[in-house]
Amino acid sequence: MIELRHITKTFNRGEVNEVSALDDVSLTIEAGEFVVLVGANGSGKTTLLNVIAGAVLPSAGSVFLHGEDVTGLPEYKRSRWVARVFQDPLGGTAPELSILDNFRLAALRTRRKKLTIGVTEPFKASVREKIAGLGLGLEDKLHQPMGTLSGGQRQALTLLMSVMDHTDILLLDEPTAALDPKSAEVVMETAGRLIGQYNLTTLFITHNLRETQRFGNRLIQMARGSIARDLKGKEKKGLKLEEMYEWFG
Amino acid sequence: MVFYLTALIQGLCLAAMGLGIFITMKIFRIPDITTDGSYTLGAAVTAVLLTQGWPLLPVAGATVLVGALAGVMTGLVHTRLKIDALLAGILVMTGLYSVNLSILGRSNIPLIDVETIFSSLAVFGRQVYNELWVSLLFLVVLSGLLAYTLRTDFGIAMRATGNSESMTRAMGINNDRMKITGLAIANALTALSGFLVAQYQNFTDINMGIGIVLVGLGSVLIGDALISWLGIRHIWLQLGFVMAGCILFQMVLAVALSLGVNPNMLKLVTSVCVLAIVGLPRLVRRKKL
Repeated sequence: MIELRHITKTFNRGEVNEVSALDDVSLTIEAGEFVVLVGANGSGKTTLLNVIAGAVLPSAGSVFLHGEDVTGLPEYKRSRWVARVFQDPLGGTAPELSILDNFRLAALRTRRKKLTIGVTEPFKASVREKIAGLGLGLEDKLHQPMGTLSGGQRQALTLLMSVMDHTDILLLDEPTAALDPKSAEVVMETAGRLIGQYNLTTLFITHNLRETQRFGNRLIQMARGSIARDLKGKEKKGLKLEEMYEWFG
Repeated sequence: MVFYLTALIQGLCLAAMGLGIFITMKIFRIPDITTDGSYTLGAAVTAVLLTQGWPLLPVAGATVLVGALAGVMTGLVHTRLKIDALLAGILVMTGLYSVNLSILGRSNIPLIDVETIFSSLAVFGRQVYNELWVSLLFLVVLSGLLAYTLRTDFGIAMRATGNSESMTRAMGINNDRMKITGLAIANALTALSGFLVAQYQNFTDINMGIGIVLVGLGSVLIGDALISWLGIRHIWLQLGFVMAGCILFQMVLAVALSLGVNPNMLKLVTSVCVLAIVGLPRLVRRKKL
């Protein structure tokens, strides 16, 4: 599903503040895998995610999605396969637009935005039903601007928006980092449910080791721009919290 | 009475430009000042084509086309060359001055003895009522079209682009192309104001666009103040208030003139008015703190 071949990314190349964010990273992720990405700050996790999404173009190497070379494809074209939830709750939604309008755009992520009215009564009803499933009581606030909601509510809705249209790959970049523990719980529960329900290939960055233990079927640790550990299935399941603490020691 | 009626009609004629500035300033958050050029461009094309005997509809079409083209130029300079939108607008606006002059062939073309939109749609005996109803009809059609566009899927994408570019990129929207399209629509609307005003005042002058962006800006700011004060969310109501802002602004200028302000001072009065609209709320807020 996702294949990275010898990806290298250097920021500010040739300048005093040159940073090597990724150093010859090769990685294959199969369809349906739920990969948890951990690593210290500056280890290259977010850059890796951005390279897959197309927000950052690699200095060298190539990116394949579905066996198709997408290395030079801009982010807005890769959205055909990729849905994202950002660390900043403001990043994934348009704050001044209503919840309904945000969902309308999400429903058209892979399609053309035409000159026809798409926010129809049936569409409204289907969005209301989906949002009611979150159990946050937002289904009666469809016309409220997104910006009036709390960070947790917005992240939960962003997750729901990512499955409004056909999605293969879900990229979660510390979706709960800015949230209080209770909202974080709601968001992660929603994520887990949707990933299972839609069988999404997922990359999930987190600094929360409990989440690391609880979610995913593959664990990758990044260090200094390279993959330091790659644990699958049973190896990941058997991992203890104390062991992980030591990785960062 | 006729005095204020004239201000009202003037406001209606300039309201298309107000809608255009609303699109760039409030929807896309781009400070576009191509306006001065595209307004005169619209008026110039209108004058030349009308004097050559073209019927009204193709003239309006041509006006929209050249206005959109001016917007596309600014958009291309801004997005492709990554030049600041303000500078991109100044570049195109300045260049358009020469373009407009060569279209006109001289600095002024009178529109006397030609069929204008006001004379061809006349139904009342008095000229001023005809002007009023024609400009009103024109605006109702235009704002109706715009309101519909903004409510479509394309319109939602447009509104989102100015709101959160990271979101729209992730939603498969080409932000650059969307901005170019937005600037095209905005400047086409501005050119249509030139189309109306040229026929209303019965001439096109090369200097008629100087400072017109400030008139539009002031109008949109008045409209926007009303919108946020009343908490209006419906996009078509917002358009209505922007148009009301255009009329109010002309009324303010009319009152200034009626108080005996020298017409030569009108640009200064315009500047001071816009300054007051922008500055006063900030002064009040500072006092409260």
